[in-house]
Amino acid sequence: MEWINAVVQGVLLGGLYALFAAGLSLIFGVMRLVNIAHGDLIVLAAYLGLSTTMMLGVHPFVALLIVMPAMAGIGYVLQRGLLNQTLGDDILPPLLVTFGLSVIIQNALLEAYSADPLKLSGGAIETASLSVGGLAIGVLPLLTFAVAVAAIALLQWVFYATSLGRGFRAVSDNQDIAQLMGLNRAHVFGLAMALALAVTAIAGILLGVRTSFDPSVGGGRLIFGFEAVIIGGLGNLWGTLAGGVILGVAQTIGAKIDPGWQLLAGHVAFLVVLAARPNGLFPRVEH
Amino acid sequence: MSAPVVTRATPASRVAMVIAVLALVVLVAAPWWAGRADMRLMGEIFLYLSLACLWNLMAGYAGLVSVGQQAFVGFGGYMLFALTMFGGLHPVAAILCAGLLAAVLSVPIAALIFRLRGAYFAIGTWVVAEVFRLSFAQVSALGGGSGSSLPVGIVKSLASSRSGREALSYWLALGAAVTVIAAVYLFLRSRRGLALTAIRDSEAAAAGLGIDIWRTKLEVYVVSSAFTAVIGGLIFLQKLRISPDAAFSVNDWTAFVIFIVVIGGIGTLEGQIIGTLIFFALRETLADFGTIYLMVLGTVAIVVMLKAPKGVWGLIRDRYDLELFPLSYRVRQDGSDKGA
Repeated sequence: MEWINAVVQGVLLGGLYALFAAGLSLIFGVMRLVNIAHGDLIVLAAYLGLSTTMMLGVHPFVALLIVMPAMAGIGYVLQRGLLNQTLGDDILPPLLVTFGLSVIIQNALLEAYSADPLKLSGGAIETASLSVGGLAIGVLPLLTFAVAVAAIALLQWVFYATSLGRGFRAVSDNQDIAQLMGLNRAHVFGLAMALALAVTAIAGILLGVRTSFDPSVGGGRLIFGFEAVIIGGLGNLWGTLAGGVILGVAQTIGAKIDPGWQLLAGHVAFLVVLAARPNGLFPRVEH
Repeated sequence: MSAPVVTRATPASRVAMVIAVLALVVLVAAPWWAGRADMRLMGEIFLYLSLACLWNLMAGYAGLVSVGQQAFVGFGGYMLFALTMFGGLHPVAAILCAGLLAAVLSVPIAALIFRLRGAYFAIGTWVVAEVFRLSFAQVSALGGGSGSSLPVGIVKSLASSRSGREALSYWLALGAAVTVIAAVYLFLRSRRGLALTAIRDSEAAAAGLGIDIWRTKLEVYVVSSAFTAVIGGLIFLQKLRISPDAAFSVNDWTAFVIFIVVIGGIGTLEGQIIGTLIFFALRETLADFGTIYLMVLGTVAIVVMLKAPKGVWGLIRDRYDLELFPLSYRVRQDGSDKGA
């Protein structure tokens, strides 16, 4: 029973990792950009949520109404003002610029909020749980998982059923021809980053309610998101959810064996998948 | 009409070589003219210079952009502690062994992470570094998560007096920097270096000429990792204390190194020396400002990457056509030189 419990908790934890990964997957899919600062942007969203709850006295989930548009705006400006200049055949500029960005965000947060671990207070929902067949399932992890599924369904819908998504797919397939067809590449990239950071805002708030955070934890969140993307298979959003779940289950089972092995077990699961299936478990079929 | 002459060395590079030899003599004599704090700082500069040259060899020439070389820095440090404490080796022997072990270890790691392309390779290396950090934190004999100090007996085995130890550790750092620069320089001048430069310029064309790209990259990765582990051993021989967080710090052993390489000029050897000097000049003047200083570094790196992607040395080279480490070939059409 304890093992079943560990698996269930792992699956739900995987929802959070899928949210970390969804933004990463989206911007890689649209503009082939790997954002090293992604984890720090998640942490930035958590801090913005903290400031909003403290200033307005609202619940963290209500703060999302402000944090989501704020992060989307940051994303659009960041993409058009800085990141668009780095895109090209050479992989070094985007990598090193986002790496520099990561250092800047981390230290700006240190300057503004200090290194003390902080937490968003979610109230009663943090401790509420449902009893299902002898298992106690936390309401917050369950909600996180449901939000992850909804967010990925929404992204999938945007990608394949809206004109915005058609623009994303067009610039992803061939930037020059998309430009000839009247799409402004710079603007489309800006919108993709805005959408990615809106999802990141949700991930940041849920992270902040679940655990305490400090400015240095961004790198770890980037790695979890990245592992979920690779395990699931590049370019496949539902695969990313599966990747997050596998990572989460590996971590909770590892923690069950020995608390020190939690993170290590997740990384080992990632390396095993990389060794056995280098393209991930559910790679997008190449047409 | 005489035949064109192909040369590598230039008057500037010959002068630079003479100056470098003179500077080396002065630096070797540092224990007789420099203070204790200066020597410590210079030792640190040499070790960072070595790390920068190695990272540059990987990223600037082989296209292997890693944000996980702290894996080998920390591994080298931990091997120094483990092999001296439990293997009874002399610290210098332990550091050399650490390099060999790192070379062996880097082969299976490369087999795994070379499957990741481009930027995903970078994050993959970071995962490996995290695996190293978490694994060493589990080893209770080495102090687990809180780390351990090098026993006094082992420290004393280097040299009996404190000044003797400090001089030795300075010379080791200087020797390591000279060895790394010479090794990278000779490697780049060799046949393999030519293959590497071809890969940097166009992988498809290089493959078409029959260069085994995977193998060439593997060689660079293994050699860089081995040297990085040696440098890691020397770093923690200076510090005398190790912990997982310090040994596998992404900021200390990767972020700073990337700043040095980017600011100095990626894909050049001269740039690493300039970048290291700029980095330490900034650190010594701005370090009191802590987080602001790091934000300034990040901003400078971004601006350099966008506005002058070849770094400070790239600007100088384009302006004056200088090359202190003669790596490229120059063709001259004049009769005065009897060549070819």
